[in-house]
Formats: sequence, C-alpha cells, structure tokens
Amino acid sequence: MGLFEAIVLSVIAASTPLLLAAAGELVTERAGVLNLGVEGMMIMGAACGFAGAWITGSTFIGALFGVAAGVALSAVFAVLTLGLAVNQVATGLALTILGIGASGLIGAGFVGERISPAPHLNIPGLSDLPVLGRIVFNQDGFVYFSILLIAGIWWFLYRTRGGLILRAVGDNHTSAHALGYPVLKVRLYAVLFGGACAGLGGAYLPLAYTPFFIPGMTAGRGWIALALVVFASWRPTRLVAGAYLFGAVSILQLHAQGAGIGIPSQLMSSLPYLATVIVLVLISRTRASAGSAAPASLGMAFVPDR
Amino acid sequence: MKKLLVTAVAALAAAATALPVSAADKLKVGFIYVGPVGDFGWTYQHEVGRQTIVKEFGDKIETTYLENVSEGPDSERSIEQLARTGHQLIFTTSFGFMDPTVKVAKKYPKIDFEHATGYKRAENLGIYSGRFYEGRYIQGIIAAKMSKSGVLGYIGSFPIPEVISGINATMLGAQTVNPNIKIKIIWVNTWFDPGKEADAAKALADQGADIIMQHTDSPAAMQVAAQRGIYAFGQDSDMIKFGPKTQLTAIINNWAPYYVRQVKAKLDDKWKAEDTWDGLKEKMVMMAPYTNMPDDVKKMAEDTEAAIIAGTLHPFKCPVLGQDGKPVECKGGANLDAGQILGMNFYVKGIDDKFPGK
Repeated sequence: MGLFEAIVLSVIAASTPLLLAAAGELVTERAGVLNLGVEGMMIMGAACGFAGAWITGSTFIGALFGVAAGVALSAVFAVLTLGLAVNQVATGLALTILGIGASGLIGAGFVGERISPAPHLNIPGLSDLPVLGRIVFNQDGFVYFSILLIAGIWWFLYRTRGGLILRAVGDNHTSAHALGYPVLKVRLYAVLFGGACAGLGGAYLPLAYTPFFIPGMTAGRGWIALALVVFASWRPTRLVAGAYLFGAVSILQLHAQGAGIGIPSQLMSSLPYLATVIVLVLISRTRASAGSAAPASLGMAFVPDR
Repeated sequence: MKKLLVTAVAALAAAATALPVSAADKLKVGFIYVGPVGDFGWTYQHEVGRQTIVKEFGDKIETTYLENVSEGPDSERSIEQLARTGHQLIFTTSFGFMDPTVKVAKKYPKIDFEHATGYKRAENLGIYSGRFYEGRYIQGIIAAKMSKSGVLGYIGSFPIPEVISGINATMLGAQTVNPNIKIKIIWVNTWFDPGKEADAAKALADQGADIIMQHTDSPAAMQVAAQRGIYAFGQDSDMIKFGPKTQLTAIINNWAPYYVRQVKAKLDDKWKAEDTWDGLKEKMVMMAPYTNMPDDVKKMAEDTEAAIIAGTLHPFKCPVLGQDGKPVECKGGANLDAGQILGMNFYVKGIDDKFPGK
C-alpha cells in the first residue's frame, strides 16, 4: 500500500463522521432550527450503536440503534423548541450535556468490550485495482452512504417541492405559514432527520473508526460538524468539500509530524481549524452578499397564531 | 415532560453532590477524578485503587469520588465540596488540580490532601507520582528487539517533562539493543481522542514504524496496530483485551498499595505530607505480562526489570548525551537527579526530531 493511498484512506475515515452529522444539521438549519445538541446526539449514537452491534453482532443493526438514539434525543429537542417554543440555543446546549451524561450511563457496561469493525465492500477485480481499487471500491457502508446522503439532500432541497417548502419555512416562517404550509410539522421532520444523521455519524466512531466504546469518544466532533454547516454556507456540495478539507488537513499534519518537518506540533494541531477559517474568509470575500447565506428564520421560535 | 426534566435535574444534582452520610466515626476519604471511571486508562487505575481501600478497610472508612471534574480553577468547587462534607483525606488525581488543591488545603488546615503528579506541597498537602520512565526503558529494549524496520512510532499527548522523559527513556533502552534505532514522534495535543489517536497510529505505521508506543489514554492505537499486524504497548492499564496478539506489555499505574498505605497512616494518626515518587521497586509502576515475544526477548525484559528493581540499573545513568552529542550535566552523581528527570526539557542523542518549543 503506497503512502498516498494510505493517507487518502485515513482522510476518508476521519471525514465521514463529520460529514454524516453535518449533513443532518444542514437540513435542520435549512428549516430554520438551530440544534446545538449535535455533540450530544452523536455520543448517544455512539453508545447505542455500539450496544446494538455488540448485542446482535451486526454492524447494520448497530447503526440502526445509533440512528434511533439520535432520533430519540432530537425528539426531546423538538418537543421543547417546537412544541413549547423554548430557546433553541439553551435547549441545544442542554441536549449535549444530557447526551454526554446518558451515553456514559448506557455505555458503562460496554467499556472494554470489543466488536469487529464494519465490513468493507469487496468486489473481486475492482477492489484489487491499484490505488483506485482500495480507495473507491473497498470502503465500508458508512462511506458510500454518506455520499448518497449528500446527493439525496441536494436533490431534495433543490429539485423537489418538499425541499422548496422546507427552505421557505427556514427563510420566512411567517410567510410560509400564511401560505398554508405546516411550519412546525416541516421543522419536526427536519429536526428528527438531523438527529438520525447525528446518531449515525456518532455510531460510525465505535462501529468503524475505532471499534470500542469509551465515554466521551466523540471528543468534540459534534461541534466541528456544526461549524462545517456554517462553513458550507448551508449548501450540501460545499459541505462535502469542507468535511474532506478538514479531514485532510487533520491527517496531513500528523504525517508531517511523523516525517519530522519541525513545525511546532501545537501549530500543526490547529491547522485544520486555521485552514477552515481561511477558506471561509475567502469564500465570503468573493461573494457579493457576504453573510446572508444563513436561513433568515434560523434560531427563531415560531408560535402559530390561534 | 416537565416532570421528567425535574426528575432528571434532581438525579443529576444527586450524582454531582457528595451525599452527606451520617456515620461520624468513619474516616471519609474523597477522590477527584479527571476522567470517567470507565476510561480504561488513567482514571480507571485510580478507581481500582479506591476499590482496593474499600475492600481493605471495610466499614472503617467511607469513600466518595467525583468523576469527570475539569482541570483548572473550576475543580476548586468540587474539591471544596468534599472538604465541606466531612472528608478527612482527599486525593486529587490529575496534574491540573494542583493549584485548586493548594488553595483548598490552605482553607481547610485540618483536612489532609494528596495531589498526584504535581510539585506543590504544604503541611497538609502531600504529593505522589510514579517513575513511569522505568517502564518506558524496558519497553524501549523490547521495541528495539521486536522491530524489523528499526523505526519506532511514538504518540505523544503534550510536550511536558513527564512525556519527554518517557520518550528519552524509551530511546536509551532501545539504543542498548540497536544503536541506530529511529523514532518517529507525533504529538496529538490531547490526552484523550480515540479517533485522533488512531489516526496518529495509522500515520506512524504508514511511515514505516512497526512498533507503536503511546502516551495518550485510549486503546485506539493498540487496535490500529492489531489491524496492521504490528506490535504495540498498552498505556496506564493492561490493554491486552484490545490486542491479544499485539500487546507486548503495558505500563500499569498501580496506585492501590499507595492508597492503602496512606489511608492506614491516616487511620493510625500517623499521616504526614510527603513527596512520594515510587517505581517498579515499590510496585507503583508495574509491567503487564510480557506477551507476543520470543523467550530471549522476554528474558531480557525480565532481567532489565529485575536490575531496575535491585537498583543496579538506572535508565538515566550518566553520561546522558543530549541531541548535540554532548553530555548533559549530571546533578545526581551516578544518574540524573530527580529534578532533572521531573523537569526534563531536552531530547537524548539519536532522536532526530526537533525538540518541541525550541
């Protein structure tokens, strides 16, 4: 295995959980809801995903458990912010704290257990191709799903009526409501979808990335996913670029250290963040209407007049 | 929903508060942990120590622990909470609890405190740590024996003296076997991020290292080594479960005998604030079984361990050559002294990486 190939494989593995979680949050935010609880939903997805896979021995069922955990936690968020119109920021933060605590409790019995990592696709012939074979035709299911997911989200948002309504709800919930669209219902689905994706992204960690469960193993990836949504200016295609840029810089700085380049490691560790900030600045400079990419109703509670 | 929330909040509050207990004649011992008890590394080993004193002293004592306490000023409240709820002996088990412990100890002169891996003492504040570099030296010998490529991969957390002395001890041990051994060092700037630790291990393996060593807390690197079919060493606790065919040995932080000793001293009214720095000899640092290696390597490791315990071998025996090849000043007579090891700020000869921050 060549070094280039090895680096690309590591980059894909590092980027996939970010991409999955960020994709869900993107849809949620496009509907005008800011859910800061991504970290909490991810870690719950990790705990429940591992539990599911350990009990049944199946990565697929584990992933479903992770999705279910994310949905369950996001349902709590939906009840509070949509049903009771509670402040979204505060609720999201509370959701993270709740998720970290509850996942520790659920996962406590599974610490120190092992499972076999998610199986990789193997197409005889294709998977054996030099370089491309291992990169394109020999990944685990999560990786392929994350790409399909982004394609699906893009198609839904820009090519379907449902996507148009969702964006309308996010941009101006009062008008959408006046036009007769069910604002809260659309938002509920968007929040639950976001939870499902975050749960799946979290489940990727113990099921494929590092096949064991330890409390707190998401280590802040939920926050990075949130930042990526802003970085992508709420567009699915840019999200892929952002997630892979972040993953690539994270891995390359490790390789640079191993090769003994001699740049302070603290600076190297901050490179992924620096790179994202720089690209973000460049993007906003070239765009005429800088900063207006956010859904206009983002973070605002909607209380239908009775 | 609201009721559920109230219940959840109440449960959280109960979990966060050291519940006051009535039995006044029991000695109450408190522990502050930086991580979760189930981290399978640093905090887990302190928890094993706590459980041991519970077993040892039964109903003579009562213990409380607070886990996941963030380092820094915030921990002061947690320590003080233990002090206020009648704990007479309090262990704070991470470097970052140092200043808060000093502050609380000043405020409560009648309570005794012990802080792990720090350097600030007081009348009622003792400190304790392990000579982990002794274990690293043995690992260095094993690594050099087992490596085919002659390249070792080392995952560092933060460039602090404890980690630096571990890297140096590893190299000095390895050089006794193979003077041309190479080491690649990657700093992840975190104690705990399984994903990042795994990525670092992959990067090291991809660059030709066939032995992975770590000074971070999770078993992620061990699993990567297992997948790659190379060898690795466990950290803080025995990680053989994560690499039955991969782990060569592990440095085990064995706090239990120390906790038993200190609690006994406290019960007998003989507790004194001391500076304890124990190693293999006192069994504060222990080696997990030597596995997955040929008998001659195993014997070499065992002999080295015996020599360190007997005091005939010191990993930092003078002369210790710095990166420039010149001997480092030898303050301890035959060996580097404690201050030089605890404050180590140089790489030894043979490490061709730049020293962090220089």
